[in-house]
Amino acid sequence: MARRVGICAVAQTTVEHDKWYERFQGMALEVLEKLREQVAVEFSRHTGKAGIDMSINVSDDVFDARTISDNGMTDVLGAHFGCEEKVAQEGIQAIYYGLAAIQSGHCDQVLIIGHCKESQPKSRNMVSHMAFDPFFTRPVGLDFCAAAGLQAQAYAEKTGITDEQLAKVVVRARENAAKNPYTPEIEPVSAETVMQSEMLADPIRELHAYPVSDGAVGMVLAAEDIAKKMTDRPVWITGVGNCMDSFFFGDRDLASNFALRKAAEWAYKRAGINDPRGAFDLVEISDQYAYQHPMWMEGLGLCEEGKGGDWIDNEGPDKGRVNPSGGMLAGNPLILGGLFRAAEAALQLREDAGNHQIDDVKKALAHGVMGPAGQFHSVVTLERG
Amino acid sequence: MNKNRNVGIIGVGQSEFSSHREDVNQPEMIHEAVVEALNHAGMTIDDVDCIVHGNMELFEMIHQPDLWHVLGSGAYGKETMRVTTGGTTGATLCCAADHLVASGLHDVVLAIGFEKLQEGHTTGGITNMADPLWARQLQTGALTGMTAEQMINEFGEDRAKRASMKYRIMMDRHAMKNHKAHRRFDLQWDQAEDLMVNSPALVGELRMIHMCSQSDGACVMIFASEEKAKQFCKQPAWMKDHITVHREECFHIFGDAPVLMSHRYAAEKLFERNGVKDPKKEIDVFEMYDPSSWWGLDWLREFLLFDGDEHLKMVENDEIAIDGEFPINPSGGVIASNPIGATAMVRVAEAALQIMEDAGEHQVPKTVNQAMASGFGGTMWTVLFLMTRDIPW
Repeated sequence: MARRVGICAVAQTTVEHDKWYERFQGMALEVLEKLREQVAVEFSRHTGKAGIDMSINVSDDVFDARTISDNGMTDVLGAHFGCEEKVAQEGIQAIYYGLAAIQSGHCDQVLIIGHCKESQPKSRNMVSHMAFDPFFTRPVGLDFCAAAGLQAQAYAEKTGITDEQLAKVVVRARENAAKNPYTPEIEPVSAETVMQSEMLADPIRELHAYPVSDGAVGMVLAAEDIAKKMTDRPVWITGVGNCMDSFFFGDRDLASNFALRKAAEWAYKRAGINDPRGAFDLVEISDQYAYQHPMWMEGLGLCEEGKGGDWIDNEGPDKGRVNPSGGMLAGNPLILGGLFRAAEAALQLREDAGNHQIDDVKKALAHGVMGPAGQFHSVVTLERG
Repeated sequence: MNKNRNVGIIGVGQSEFSSHREDVNQPEMIHEAVVEALNHAGMTIDDVDCIVHGNMELFEMIHQPDLWHVLGSGAYGKETMRVTTGGTTGATLCCAADHLVASGLHDVVLAIGFEKLQEGHTTGGITNMADPLWARQLQTGALTGMTAEQMINEFGEDRAKRASMKYRIMMDRHAMKNHKAHRRFDLQWDQAEDLMVNSPALVGELRMIHMCSQSDGACVMIFASEEKAKQFCKQPAWMKDHITVHREECFHIFGDAPVLMSHRYAAEKLFERNGVKDPKKEIDVFEMYDPSSWWGLDWLREFLLFDGDEHLKMVENDEIAIDGEFPINPSGGVIASNPIGATAMVRVAEAALQIMEDAGEHQVPKTVNQAMASGFGGTMWTVLFLMTRDIPW
């Protein structure tokens, strides 16, 4: 049995629609400095002192418009003559990688910093458009938003979810976000405003979609014995799981949650969870669009299949303690969704969430998603130390 | 380090490397290598638990290409991870696969590195890595004449040029034995004089003939736990240790200050922690990421921790030939084949094939007990591996 791994510190910047006043290195430095206020982050391992053995950057060449987008991050990651890696996938996968590196015995301490400025490209839909193959799906004009629209249609057909129910998801997310100091630009809205907002990709409305976001987030992971010395409030990573669905929509059942079910199944298995219902005091999911909030909860086995609409009407999100941070609907860059969610879950487990702290959080789940219509999902389960 | 469990390399697959793979799209090209690796390991995709994938996105302008590539990668319904670190990507993928198996998270991990450079502009793509404010004006892709200039200053023009050309022709002689290699010129020794003068100059004394190719291709490797490795493979190549060393982005701002190479630093640390006292004697074959014959020649000194001209003598005395005392790149190396996201993985794969005795025509004529492989990328980044014939941990 490999050793346990703990999250010893987490930090994030505020998420804003355009941090024009800061380069991505500046955002990352803010995260690093906040981490160093919490724990000793030592970079002089080459002198024989214990310290960070591996720094993982999460970023994206296309969003950054730079080949090797981590290249400009070496200094901030303290990776000068050290090990630096880049996870070019959903940010929560940096936890998966860090966990593997520590459990392999190769590393004892891992620093993770993810950054992205969605404000830099003319449109983030242009970026996700490039994820489609150039022969068949790109010429149709697909991007992740249009793909989500198709999935939302399929989900609505399966469950009968209504525009009113989706509006409730957004209203609640924004109420929660108002208490979250890291989402300063998100204002509460009424259900009417949501239902009158412009249609982006039917049935997805403008206010159903996560806002264009700039921000950075990071954490320090360590092997159990070191984690206990670093902090008296480590957060243990108890389970991880992820899964890739197929690519062409014709090959997939868009309403089936195929990849999420498998990702969750593997995470629960590793965490020793037989029945996920009641297993978590907090759930942070990457709801890029309002329909995903109930749909991912079904996929996680935390809401009865096909009953997402009723679940919303019966205050399922509050009872299930889902996204007290506001979730992704309150904003964070696409590629960092899951990493922000895991950071928020760790804050709650450490009772550091301030205004949006909820009571008695001992076990939590964080989720990330990438690709068109949720092609790839990743799940991490966490436990208070 | 106290490794959690042993990891063995049990399968290697490489697509055909070429300047133009117009006959296949990206997932199809990857699929070629996946199938070959699975056949080599004697397993099916059902035996694989997890797929790791990487390349450099701006070369082909496909965002998060693992999503589309699921059509050829075998990742459907499996755990996956995507890591990319520029030129070192292929090596980083090997580190990631090693971690994922050693940690106990997975028993069998399949790693995919690929690039289809034909579909983009390589030098433009590489230049785009530099900081737009401080460095991009100075960046000329991966082309630099600095090393040639330094070697000519240090060893004299004639000796330096002859040694780098000898290195180049030797790599081509090796590539002639590797039917997967992209550039196989069948260069003859008596062409050296002509090429030294008449090969088109790129930057200073870095000439076209010295420089690596731009290739299309994919490389796939299968990593397995000790138990699974023994079950599927007679002679796995065991992953002993690896080290990753990056350095800061704007190294040129320090002017003429001596630059400690990440290669030397990585080698020192890796040898120290694995008790390698005399690398030249203890390592039987070295697959080096050599982007040009100037760099390959110069970096040999760094990796073997020499200070004088021992590295030049090794080339002059044919020690680095496939049948020499210290064979380098029996595959032909990066100068012959360079699908960038795969290139560093090909080094690890070729070193593993030598241990497994599966390198075919370019198998070195001796038992390989310990092999070394290097990856290079970014602003002087190094990933260095040691692999062994015997179970290391």
